[in-house]
Amino acid sequence: MAPSTCFHCHQARAIIIRPKNRHKLCRACFLQIFEAEVHETITGARLFYPGERVAIGASGGKDSTVLAAVLKTLNERYNYGLDLCLLSIDEGIRGYRDDSLETVKRNAVQYDMPLEIVGYGELYGWTMDQVVEQIGKKGNCTYCGVFRRQALDRGAARLAIKHVVTGHNADDVAETVMMNMLRGDVPRLSRGTNIVTDSDASEIKRSKPLKYAYEKEIVLYAHHRQLDYFSTECIYSPEAFRGSARTLIKDLEKIRPSSILDIVKSGEDMAALVPQERSQGGKSRQAAAAAEDESAGGCGSQNGRSSGGEMAAMEKQLAANDAAESRETEIGHPTKSFRPTGKQVKVQTMGYCEKCGYISSNRICKACSLLEGLNRNRPKTAIEVSVGIEDEESSTTLRRQMERTHLTNS
Amino acid sequence: MAQSAPEDGEISIAVEFTGGLELLFSNERKHNVTLPANLDDGARPDIAYLLRYLVDNIMQDQRKEMFIMEDNVRPGILVLINDADWELEGEEKYELQQGDNIVFVSTLHGG
Repeated sequence: MAPSTCFHCHQARAIIIRPKNRHKLCRACFLQIFEAEVHETITGARLFYPGERVAIGASGGKDSTVLAAVLKTLNERYNYGLDLCLLSIDEGIRGYRDDSLETVKRNAVQYDMPLEIVGYGELYGWTMDQVVEQIGKKGNCTYCGVFRRQALDRGAARLAIKHVVTGHNADDVAETVMMNMLRGDVPRLSRGTNIVTDSDASEIKRSKPLKYAYEKEIVLYAHHRQLDYFSTECIYSPEAFRGSARTLIKDLEKIRPSSILDIVKSGEDMAALVPQERSQGGKSRQAAAAAEDESAGGCGSQNGRSSGGEMAAMEKQLAANDAAESRETEIGHPTKSFRPTGKQVKVQTMGYCEKCGYISSNRICKACSLLEGLNRNRPKTAIEVSVGIEDEESSTTLRRQMERTHLTNS
Repeated sequence: MAQSAPEDGEISIAVEFTGGLELLFSNERKHNVTLPANLDDGARPDIAYLLRYLVDNIMQDQRKEMFIMEDNVRPGILVLINDADWELEGEEKYELQQGDNIVFVSTLHGG
């Protein structure tokens, strides 16, 4: 096959076909156009103001590394006047996060940005290693997700920074749209597609400047700029992406690459149809709900990807709903008139967690209620120390028995 | 290229796994692969042939479906032929040349 030339400069050899429009671009034009498009996203949504201090949620992975590199480039090229820093979460997973934190530390040097690391251990008294030791590998992603959301906010608060940017890309947003559509969760559909999650309550604004960037282009951008990033599977949820909405998105991209941005646009359009009182019913209520959104999805840096088998679970639930509905029609008549009022009660109201003060729609926020459960079951070291006489006797008996078996064996 | 000159009737290429894919290949990013220049049916080895070769000979990990699906690269894994997107080169039908550099990059792994 004869080498193609760049669609943009008509000179250099093309090295990429863009998923969104099938344009063939050379390395230099690709990097430049990718950056220009992120710049358009930023200026179009007026994400930043001059002099703003912005923390980049950095995991050491491809998305946040590319975000940091692009923001540094754009900040210098277009004089945004931003004061950028890296904010990392240490979940406390040995053999996983400690390695990727090394990458973030290198990035801090490469991009000349200060780095702040917030650990689950210091914030909650529990590292993920300890959580898993206690509850097992099943369901630990829920803890990690709930903890992460608050950790980023608290890290930002510690730095007195009011804006955190995350590396969520178009594939992530498309996946969220798909999940919320399948769930029929219209308010969340609206929040998930917003480029900014703003809130009066937490004072910390979240935004996703890479919202329209294809994951494929992010990875190729990192490759062609030879960025230093870390990629692995979380040891507690390996192969988490299997059987998830992620697979569906990737299969769709293979058939028709533009479908990812099409889904993002569809999500935005559908979100615009959500009645005002539900989509914007009080900024603060929205914020409280948003604060809990990411927790539900599990691994925040890989939004939804961690919930392997979620599609299967969803299918089962939909089937169950259908079955329930057909049963319902037979007895449904008397309850029908009550239904609207019944739904109204469920609208989330914003408040603060009684324990930690974090915004929450419940009396106690999710993180605190999870911690309560953990702390209740935490083995008390005191028990081990105060061995009663009885115990000691029984243990010596046991030891004697053991010695005997040992002797007979030899 | 730090590759030894191939014997007659053979081509040698460099294969690289990144973005987390190296975990499936004994945690080694770079592999040198030598293939016959002509296959039994007279055809030249293409990417499809290379995929089968990698799964049968290089991949120790049992989770083949993390790399291959329906006899092709799993969606979400990018393939670069001499640094160019394989979509520009004919994808799995690209005929391998002596000294080619083939990179497989996973976009599926997180950070």
